Amino acid sequence: MSTALNETLVFECETGNYHTFCPISCVSWLYQKIEDSFFLVIGTKTCGYFLQNALGVMIFAEPRYAMAELEEGDISAQLNDYKELKRLCLQIKQDRNPSVIVWIGTCTTEIIKMDLEGMAPRLESEINIPIVVARANGLDYAFTQGEDTVLAAMAQRCPDICSEKIAKNNKENSSHPPLVLFGSLPSTVVTQLTLELKRQGIEVSGWLPSQRYTELPTLGDGVYVCGVHPFLSRTATTLMRRRKCKLIGAPFPIGPDGTRAWIEKICSVFGKVPEGLEQREAKIWDGLEDSLKLIRGKSVFFMGDNLLEISLARFLIRCGMVVYEIGIPYMDKRFQAAELALLEKTCQQMNVPMPRIVEKPDNYYQVQRIREFQPSLVITGMAHCNPLEARGIDTKWSVEFTFAQIHGFTNAREILDLVTRPLRRNNNLKSLGWSKLVKN
Amino acid sequence: MKLAYWMYAGPAHIGTLRVASSFKNVHAIMHAPLGDDYFNVMRSMLERERDFTPVTASIVDRHVLARGSQEKVVENITRKDKEEQPDLIVLTPTCTSSILQEDLQNFVDRASRESDSDVLLADVNHYRVNELQAADRTLEQIVRFYLEKAKKQNNLPFSEEKIEKTKKPSANILGMFTLGFHNQHDCRELKRLLNDLGIEVNEVIPEGGLVTNLKNLPAAWFNLVPYREVGLMSAIYLEKEFQMPYVATTPMGVVETAKCIREIAHIVNSIDPTRKFNHEDYIDQQTRFVSQAAWFSRSIDCQNLTGKKAVVFGDATHAASMTKILSREIGLRVACAGTYCKHDADWFREQVLGFCDQVLITDDHTQVGDMISNLEPAAIFGTQMERHVGKRLDIPCGVISAPVHIQNFPLGYRPFLGYEGTNQIADLVYNSFTLGMEDHLLEIFGGHDTKEVITKSLSTESDFHWSPDGLAELKKIPGFVRGKVKRNTEKFARQKGIRTINVEVMYAAKEAAGA
Repeated sequence: MSTALNETLVFECETGNYHTFCPISCVSWLYQKIEDSFFLVIGTKTCGYFLQNALGVMIFAEPRYAMAELEEGDISAQLNDYKELKRLCLQIKQDRNPSVIVWIGTCTTEIIKMDLEGMAPRLESEINIPIVVARANGLDYAFTQGEDTVLAAMAQRCPDICSEKIAKNNKENSSHPPLVLFGSLPSTVVTQLTLELKRQGIEVSGWLPSQRYTELPTLGDGVYVCGVHPFLSRTATTLMRRRKCKLIGAPFPIGPDGTRAWIEKICSVFGKVPEGLEQREAKIWDGLEDSLKLIRGKSVFFMGDNLLEISLARFLIRCGMVVYEIGIPYMDKRFQAAELALLEKTCQQMNVPMPRIVEKPDNYYQVQRIREFQPSLVITGMAHCNPLEARGIDTKWSVEFTFAQIHGFTNAREILDLVTRPLRRNNNLKSLGWSKLVKN
Repeated sequence: MKLAYWMYAGPAHIGTLRVASSFKNVHAIMHAPLGDDYFNVMRSMLERERDFTPVTASIVDRHVLARGSQEKVVENITRKDKEEQPDLIVLTPTCTSSILQEDLQNFVDRASRESDSDVLLADVNHYRVNELQAADRTLEQIVRFYLEKAKKQNNLPFSEEKIEKTKKPSANILGMFTLGFHNQHDCRELKRLLNDLGIEVNEVIPEGGLVTNLKNLPAAWFNLVPYREVGLMSAIYLEKEFQMPYVATTPMGVVETAKCIREIAHIVNSIDPTRKFNHEDYIDQQTRFVSQAAWFSRSIDCQNLTGKKAVVFGDATHAASMTKILSREIGLRVACAGTYCKHDADWFREQVLGFCDQVLITDDHTQVGDMISNLEPAAIFGTQMERHVGKRLDIPCGVISAPVHIQNFPLGYRPFLGYEGTNQIADLVYNSFTLGMEDHLLEIFGGHDTKEVITKSLSTESDFHWSPDGLAELKKIPGFVRGKVKRNTEKFARQKGIRTINVEVMYAAKEAAGA
């Protein structure tokens, strides 16, 4: 066991044999976020089965998504893709009348090279509903990256900002150019972050995605953009290259430290001096003291599956935890540069060893390392939680971080509640004396 | 292309994985893209499995598309062979690998030369069969593989001419496996039933079985296949190759359990005519006094159920058995019986003939939903999907078949088969209906009036003014905590002397409360 203090962050890459959700799962939160949308996943029974099991109860609430299930005739090209999709989309239009249909391409459409991007514009003009194509497949992406592919495609559909509008914006709110934030968040969190910036005199002119497709923000040269999730690198690239927006590279507003750094960075770009942020952060930390007591000095191991890992690790180190390993499906060092720098700085300030960052991890090897390290907490997918718990290792199910509200000052407690829950539970049960529940 | 929101039976590879991971010391490797190993989550969560699910993926990614997956698949198989030393590795194709059309059999041949484990390619076509058919096929494939292997190596515990049977009468139970509907409880109940009849259990497969023991299968006197969906192919193979008789009557319900026992007795007595076990006495004793179901359907409570309308839907085994129980043993009227096992439609029709008004064969849940809302039955017996249809239409529903939720993996003893099973089913039926009746009465007499009172106490007229944005924000908070949030915010505002509550005050209150 190597316990030598790493001086800098160590990046490694393993075999990629790890468990994560398929990126088409983004449908589950995006259809709820974009109220007038309809998501059509073009794939096989395998995709459908995953969605229906992953989304559990939601499926029964008549969701605005469906599978276009490919049959043998579609694979062997006996059926005409275009005609088939047209038939289904007309049916959707008739039943649901959405403002946009999002086609989610899957592994199968990739392999049989179905030209979704080519068909969409034709069909769009024929049925008169915008069709957005996102290739959220398991060949290329992991879990939350699905949202990235959808938002990158949607960024192309945002209306162009006209120069008069920028001028108008500058006149009315002369203090700064328009700012658009990107990343899907529940509307309450959107309100919270918007308010947070308002306190610093910064107006958010729009969000990608918005509550409705018809309200997508205007983009263009001179618009500043900033991300709220660490997994949105393609969207960021699209916004910069295709829409000529200026990207503000900041740590992500996860945890009070991250939120403060995020606001400070935006303020500095707009030449504003942040007001009262330091006190605000300190006050939030004070309020968290009861939870912090539980985790200080404890260790944590991220197996990695949703790309939130760097930000969460950074926050937990600031909380006083030691992080052994940060598994992560994909590491965009440019998009996450500011976050990585903050992680490094946090490690130095807290005087803890720098964690190993393992890209494309191998779950088998990770389990061996977990056995060796015996961390106080493993943050991992559902496939490993129960087996690890049965071996006396406390776990937190990682997917909950994707669905819980974890952004901004107000929600810092939410993250800690998730992290401390297994520790609190197992503290309650400790005296019973049966923490290991497997025979060996 | 088909517009689909929900499906009853999963894709083929799930069936293969369910069979493979039910055996002890068998590892399955899926040839699949990232994220297709969702099976592990299902097993770990639904079955609350303590052990790591013995399924890994050999990931198909862009590089694989470009170069082919031979190296990777072979490497993953040999690696797993070294790490876990399983008896058998099953390479499992998925929808993705079916269209890649790589020669997986060739990889398997290569890998099996390099590894100590046996290696098999699951022979299932994703586009032709569903989960249940694939499971049946895979089980037969594994059984066949090991018996042929033993034959080739001359390793059978008996000679080809004369099969050595166990001294005492014995049975194999085929088709118990992971993620099956109440399978574990049913298995225990069947063992008890066989034990009562003086019959030993030779092997139970696949759940908990060892592939190295499969060569002992022919030593049993007969095979018992409790479920129609999985195990039948293996039983037919064993009958053909080793002249083993099998019983495929599902012992679900009083009448069918008796029928199953008679078939078993017939086989056992024909092999050993000297055996003196009076199974008719046993059936009579169990039916009238041990199982409560026969008495239950005679009791006056059950009179109230007479002629009440029910709809039944599920897999072929459970839907057919349930239809017969409801109509023959309880006296309900089954307005419609249906199954999503389209491949077994003829068998199903024959089974429920005369026990229901109409038959519905479909795997489209909207069709089932429409049927239910047209018929307006007093109760539904179906899958989790029908339970939700029932919720929407305010019709009670008992869950009798997969697909299922975590709730359908109860910790307590809940078999559906055998005599204890009849008790469980009677409870399920009775509870569904009384709940329906109570609901009805409540409606007639205006229901409990507590709702109004509770709402009032939560929204006591306060002297606070809520600004429109504050109110809008409050509405976004889920109903069950809204009252609490409102009270906390007002408490905070009172302390601070704030009169008008807007969004900012709400969040300030949240932060101050630290929750």
